[in-house]
Amino acid sequence: MKTPFARVRGLGTAHSGTEHFWMQRLTGIANLPLIIAFLVVIVSLVGSSQASVIATLSNPFVAMILLAALMSVLIHMRIGMQVIIEDYVHTELRKILLLMANTFFTLAVAIAAVYAILKINFGL
Amino acid sequence: MAEPKVQIERPLSPHLGIYRFSITMAMSIVHRITGSALYFGTLLLVWWLLAASSSAKQFDIVSAFFASWFGQLVLFGYTWALLHHMLGGIRHFIWDTAHGLEPGEREFLAYATLVGSVVLTLAVWMLGYMFKG
Ligand code: HEM
Repeated sequence: MKTPFARVRGLGTAHSGTEHFWMQRLTGIANLPLIIAFLVVIVSLVGSSQASVIATLSNPFVAMILLAALMSVLIHMRIGMQVIIEDYVHTELRKILLLMANTFFTLAVAIAAVYAILKINFGL
Repeated sequence: MAEPKVQIERPLSPHLGIYRFSITMAMSIVHRITGSALYFGTLLLVWWLLAASSSAKQFDIVSAFFASWFGQLVLFGYTWALLHHMLGGIRHFIWDTAHGLEPGEREFLAYATLVGSVVLTLAVWMLGYMFKG
C-alpha cells in the first residue's frame, strides 16, 4: 500500500514508473532530430575512404552531434530494454542478472564509441 | 455445479495465443522487435568507429564486411528497423497527446508506419548510392 501522497508523486507499489515513462519519451523526442542528423552523416559517408571518414567525424559540429546522439540513444535503449526484460523475465535472480547485463552492455557500447570519437578528434 | 456467487470480470493480461491478428498489434510487436534489433546493432556502429579510429587495415576489414552482400543486407535491415522504430515512436507521441486512438485512425497510423518505413528506407538507400564516394 502507498499513501495518497506517494501515489500523487507517481510512486505506486512499483516505487517508480512515471520517470521511466517520461525518460523514454524525452530521449525518444531527442532521438528524432539526432537520428536524422546521424543518417545524413552516414549517407554522406557511403563508400568513403578512411581519410574522409576521419575528416568528417573530426568536424566539431559532426562530432558533437554524434556524441549527443549516442548519449540520447544509449539512455533510451537501456531503459527500453529494461522494460522488455521486466515484461518477460519473472525469475528474480535471472531478472537481476539480465538487468545488470543490460547496464554493462550499454556502458561498454558508450565507452567504446566515445573513445573512438575522441581518438579520431584528438588522438590521431 | 457450484458456481461462484459473484463472477468478477477482471481484465486479463494480454495473451498472444488468444489474440486475433490486427495490424495495430503487429506494428506494436514490430516496434519492440526493432527496438531490440537496434539495441544489439549499436555494436556495428561501435565496430565501424573503432576501426576508423585505429588503422587502415581495420577500416578495410569493416568496409569489406559492410560492402559484402551479407553486410548490405544487415545494413538495409538496420536502416528499415531504425526508420520503422522512428515512425512507430512518432505514433506513440501522437497517442500521448490523446489523438489517433479512434477506430480507423489507429489502423491508418499502423499502415502509415509500415508503408512510410519502407518508402523512407528506399529513399535513404537511393541517396546513399547517389552520393557514393
Ligand atoms: C529514431 C528515433 C527514435 C524514436 C522516436 C523512438 C521512440 C521510442 C518510443 C516512444 C518508445 C516507447 C514505446 C512504448 O512506450 O511502448 C521506444 C522504445 C524503445 N526504443 Fe526507441 N526510439 C528511437 C530510436 C531508438 C534507437 C536508435 C534504439 C536503439 C539503439 C531504440 C531502442 C528502443 C527500445 C529497446 C525500446 C523498448 C521497446 C519496447 O518497450 O517495446 N530506439 N522508442
